[in-house]
Amino acid sequence: MAQTLYDKLWSSHVVHTEEDGTALLYIDRHLVHEVTSPQAFEGLRLANRTPWRVDSIVATADHNVPTDRAEQGIADPTSRAQVEALDANIRAFGALAYFPFRDKRQGIVHVIGPENGATLPGMTVVCGDSHTSTHGAFGCLAHGIGTSEVEHVMATQCLLQKKSKSMLIRVEGELGKGVSAKDIALYFIGVIGTAGGTGYAIEFGGSAIRGLSMEGRMTLCNMAIEGGARAGMVAVDDTTIDYLRGRPFSPRGDQWDRAVAYWRTLRSDDGAQFDRVVDIDARAILPQVTWGTSPEMVTDVRGQVPAPEDFADPVKREGVARALQYMGLAPRTPIDQIRIDKVFIGSCTNSRIEDLRAAARVVEGRRVADNVKLALVVPGSGLVKAQAEAEGLDRVFKAAGFEWREPGCSMCLAMNADRLEPGERCASTSNRNFEGRQGAGGRTHLVSPQMAAAAAIAGRFADVREVV
Amino acid sequence: MKAFTVMDGLVAPLDRANVDTDAIIPKQYLKSIKRSGFGPTLFDEWRYLDVGEPGQDHSKRPLNPDFVLNQPRFQGASILLVRENFGCGSSREHAPWAIEDYGFRALIGTTFADIFYSNCFKNGLLPIRLPEKEVEQLFLQCAGTPGYSLHIDLDRQVVLRPDGHSIGFDVDPFRKYCLINGFDDIGLTLRHADKIREFEARRRIEQPWLFA
Ligand code: SF4
Repeated sequence: MAQTLYDKLWSSHVVHTEEDGTALLYIDRHLVHEVTSPQAFEGLRLANRTPWRVDSIVATADHNVPTDRAEQGIADPTSRAQVEALDANIRAFGALAYFPFRDKRQGIVHVIGPENGATLPGMTVVCGDSHTSTHGAFGCLAHGIGTSEVEHVMATQCLLQKKSKSMLIRVEGELGKGVSAKDIALYFIGVIGTAGGTGYAIEFGGSAIRGLSMEGRMTLCNMAIEGGARAGMVAVDDTTIDYLRGRPFSPRGDQWDRAVAYWRTLRSDDGAQFDRVVDIDARAILPQVTWGTSPEMVTDVRGQVPAPEDFADPVKREGVARALQYMGLAPRTPIDQIRIDKVFIGSCTNSRIEDLRAAARVVEGRRVADNVKLALVVPGSGLVKAQAEAEGLDRVFKAAGFEWREPGCSMCLAMNADRLEPGERCASTSNRNFEGRQGAGGRTHLVSPQMAAAAAIAGRFADVREVV
Repeated sequence: MKAFTVMDGLVAPLDRANVDTDAIIPKQYLKSIKRSGFGPTLFDEWRYLDVGEPGQDHSKRPLNPDFVLNQPRFQGASILLVRENFGCGSSREHAPWAIEDYGFRALIGTTFADIFYSNCFKNGLLPIRLPEKEVEQLFLQCAGTPGYSLHIDLDRQVVLRPDGHSIGFDVDPFRKYCLINGFDDIGLTLRHADKIREFEARRRIEQPWLFA
């Protein structure tokens, strides 16, 4: 029978199935960061257990690390304690690789896995972090887990899971100028809603997806979780294989050839059945901007903020009213008249080299607007930072008035010192615009790197297609 | 893990959709390396008028009198009534830890986000999915009835309203079995250790590059 990519990834990892269909799924790669692991390590210790397979673990410190003056260490004592706890736990238990604070390969966990070839097609990849869906870009089954599950995977190399339903999001056609993977992501969430993918694993397909780089596919899969799906994935093709060739943990020699032969089977068979198919015309996607406190509250840059009365459902109407109040926006405000205070280019959604190149192209030769108090560029990893500096992108940003920082999660969730003050409005390339996400009382608008760059220059949201 | 069988509890209604885990517990508290003590910071930004910091004495902070959990009639509630897509966003298990530590044992709503839903079961919390119209009724009854309580029976898979109306719910048999017995999943999984080893050995031969 014709199988979906998800079927193939699922069935090749089932160790055991309970009567009700709950499966014990073997886990190939376990990514670990400082926030969701300390309690899991403690649990292991209390139960006198050791990790089942230490060489499945790749770890880094990312959520808490400062992005400026990193040479001075971590000032916040609670953040420091958490990062030091990870250092100590990895020292005690071991790992295939650890990229600690200030290591030159340190970075956001979802950036370092792929760039080191630690994320490979056909793997199951888990991490105590919801954006683990990112790794599905490589034809992996990758999803976020809770801390109890982190401990479970460490102790047993397996996860208890029920198979999800499958959804195909098919994007056909060519993307317009200035439209990127981030816009596809925000657009599809606008279509299916933030709960639309709950209970599903999403495969992204169609010619527009095949045309995306690995960076773009990662951006898209990263936000599958924002559409409610634990996992997002893209079939393996030449783009995948070319990206992986020669990475530190990629196979070599005849292992490489064997691997590639297998990887090429990692796509949905013709005629495979999905539980739901969503068709999207790539040409309908314009640069997106969120206006509310949920990623589904999104429109395009030519649009306007809606009014609560546009919504028939009373729960929705109430939600929109509350969101507009929190965001400090009047109904019917045109998106391109919303002025901003800060700009954040970074996060596991959009901090890879291609994202920085795209933003730099918009910024080059221009200046950040006077009303913008802070414009930050935070590369996703030390390697991304080094690559960008080699290409001179740091100079482009700095000349325009941006700050060029050290890698980490930074203002995506503001666990470190980078944050919004109450009432501040931010054009952000991250993935969540929840209340308080970037700092208590902060107001987040999600956009692509190009759009964030254009907003920095204009001091308000601006149609990047008119800038470049 | 605490076992869950039957309970009677006061209901507190949280009438908003898409409540995310950043709202359930904001990031500054994620710096803790402990698993307990998150109850006082549950729904922190809605519950208090100031911005909280870890390590603070939360009992001295100014409460937001408008927030539902601060109203006298909902003190001691152990069932949280919620709207669709509750628990969306980050995978932080601190969210169910905070809910449990506050004193809730069960949640009732239409839909829960996937990761949050499974995190609940690992912490002795029962998330119950009911049809929209049943949830709507519960919100209405709860609003109109001081001291509104429900009876939940996990074994029989029913929620019993005070007016005698009983509502059946679905739960995976395996999850139910673990919760009723208070079993820890790791122990259960390790009963299959031989199978895992066999699987791993086969994989090592078929895809040796995964074991480099
Ligand atoms: S960048 Fe943001 S979303 Fe990504 S892992 Fe870090 S905190 Fe989470």
